[in-house]
Amino acid sequence: MKTTTDDTGAVLSGAEIVVQALCDEGVELVFGYPGGSVLHIYDALFKHGGMRHILVRHEQGAAHAADGYARATGKCGVCLVTSGPGATNAVTGIATAYMDSIPLVVLTGQVPTPVIGSDAFQEVDTVGITRPCVKHNFLVKDVRDLAVTIRKAFHIATTGRPGPVVIDIPKDVTDPSIKIPYYYPRDIQLRSYNPIAKGHPGQIKKAVELMLQATRPIFYIGGGVILGEGSTSLIELVRSSGFPLTSTLMGLGAFPASDRQFIGMLGMHGTYEANMAMHDTDVLIAIGARFDDRVTGRIADFCPHAKIIHIDVDPSSISKNVRVDVPIVGQVASVLADLTQLYQERRTEAQNLTEWWVKIDGWRQLNCLEYDRTSALIKPQFAIETLHQVTNGDLYLTSDVGQHQMFAAQFYPFDKPRRWINSGGLGTMGFGLPAAVGVQLAFPNAPVACVSGEASILMCIQELATCKQYNLPIKILLLNNGYMGMVRQWQELFYESRYSHSYVDALPDFVKLAESFGHVGMRVTQPADLAPALQEAFALQDRLVFLDVVVDPTANVYPMIAAGKGQHEMHLAPGMAERELA
Amino acid sequence: MRHIIAVLLENEAGALSRVAGLFSARGYNIESLTVAPTDDPTLSRMTLVTTGSEEIVEQIKKQLNKLIDTVKLLDLSDGPHIEREMMMVKVRAERPDREELKRLADIFRAKIIDVTDTSYVIELTGASKKLDAFIDAVPEGLLIEVVRSGPTGITRGEKGLTL
Repeated sequence: MKTTTDDTGAVLSGAEIVVQALCDEGVELVFGYPGGSVLHIYDALFKHGGMRHILVRHEQGAAHAADGYARATGKCGVCLVTSGPGATNAVTGIATAYMDSIPLVVLTGQVPTPVIGSDAFQEVDTVGITRPCVKHNFLVKDVRDLAVTIRKAFHIATTGRPGPVVIDIPKDVTDPSIKIPYYYPRDIQLRSYNPIAKGHPGQIKKAVELMLQATRPIFYIGGGVILGEGSTSLIELVRSSGFPLTSTLMGLGAFPASDRQFIGMLGMHGTYEANMAMHDTDVLIAIGARFDDRVTGRIADFCPHAKIIHIDVDPSSISKNVRVDVPIVGQVASVLADLTQLYQERRTEAQNLTEWWVKIDGWRQLNCLEYDRTSALIKPQFAIETLHQVTNGDLYLTSDVGQHQMFAAQFYPFDKPRRWINSGGLGTMGFGLPAAVGVQLAFPNAPVACVSGEASILMCIQELATCKQYNLPIKILLLNNGYMGMVRQWQELFYESRYSHSYVDALPDFVKLAESFGHVGMRVTQPADLAPALQEAFALQDRLVFLDVVVDPTANVYPMIAAGKGQHEMHLAPGMAERELA
Repeated sequence: MRHIIAVLLENEAGALSRVAGLFSARGYNIESLTVAPTDDPTLSRMTLVTTGSEEIVEQIKKQLNKLIDTVKLLDLSDGPHIEREMMMVKVRAERPDREELKRLADIFRAKIIDVTDTSYVIELTGASKKLDAFIDAVPEGLLIEVVRSGPTGITRGEKGLTL
């Protein structure tokens, strides 16, 4: 290999190329954990000195932190892990990002090329293991391919429908003694990958005509609106149309929850009004949403009277689960801008939706999220409402997975996109704390909280050490009910209260645990003490505060559509059914 | 319904396993799959035969197109096309059967490409159904081994699946 100097640039080793390429890509943070196969890269990081590296305590945490960073900023998250267990530990985080279409570039070390396939120490087939849970992956066998592969990876991860991309780099490819001229390509063309940006004008016209004829229209939006930076255009379209809007778990915040046109989340734990409106609608406008089973319920009963318009950047999302009438493939922001313009041109007068809104307001009056506010125990719903009140609704809130996640989605109204950060598709317990690490590093001065349960938090509890090392003043709101709450709820409802292994016996003392990591721990047991405790926690602007909040262990998430039921067959909270309005 | 789909793929390590993995991960049927480099060494051409409802086949095509390695895709079943499969059959060819097997090969325009005192290897190319018919026609008990390539296909007319 030649090591002569190129007039136009530096001569670098593979390890140096990795670091320089990340700098040239504009990467601010790398989340990682060193190990044998990436030692050359770590040495190059040390010598370079200009790239900020965050040392996590487990590779799953690296992937979740990079993911949280990406969700909050809209930029690509980056992590660096070693071969073998480093890569396999990251897989849960990669799959989490894949299911929610989050742009990540994951650099994994690999054993040297001559020993690949020999079952060498810390060898796994990373490209094979990650193939089903990445947008794309690469194995770089030649240092001359390294820079261009890194550029390709960022291009693929961040364009079209975003997703994680893995680059597997054998140790000999980063050999510090082999240096080559470095060149980082700015623009890249891939003949096999050209995501569609503009929506088809004919399809947009058809969509507008359907919208204008609608008498019971509804917008159904998903995470794609946030990922595609479509929030501003969406707000304009929704306000000018006057149509109601419902959002998936992943779309919360894309449209302000405090707006009257927002009728709540839909799906399994969505609001009564959102699901009933979906069932009765005549024109459904789905935007950046993928008709997930948690949203549709039984497909045969999904929006039975509706013509369906579906805007999505991924053609394979269209008519995958539900046949649609007007598909529009394109970037959400671009399609919405075109659609809004045409809609406003064509519409001669405001559409008469009075009857439709009367119906929706009738469902709304049921107040399906009502809970017992007189309880002597802290209700989890009350805890989230109090968090909302204390933080004035202005928070980056990450979540783990389970009841607390649903309560947060129901009781913390988000008015801005990228504020609600949770694992929707994969449902990864342990996501919340490391994700909050990524968010707090992206926005050091913003209030960041993680709502969790005592079962979820223990799955990545080691990241409390990362928080200490980088002084991250995250507030953890632990809704401690002693159970895996969502499992317990399903066992109560569908397994005649046989609570098989869902009681978490032998919990740690979370206050002492937080203190042992160098943080502040608080325990709250009385409803009246919660707001003052939260105020105190948020006042400690330079400390992580771990609030162990003892909540009612019997609380269930309502309303609920049981798995396999139609969207109109909602279970309301016990005692509420008799109040149901016809 | 049966569909024969031609795919131009980047000729890169792992491209084939991406396709195979897609079919197993999403539970799609796959009857056969053949792949080889083309006249352009950077491209492989894959022909796969699958069955499913129109919705499923539509989804299969979208998912194949979504693979970063997929450059171009064509469902040959959408229009007039030609399908060919190659087969080699080893048969027991002892004195009483030799003449009949030779005649059978001639009728199917097959070639005998290996001869021993006791066996023939017969090569036959054609649409998959013709190959099935040949196997059915071989007298019982004489088949030793059947090797089939899986179908490949091309559209009729001057338009080609190229870049």
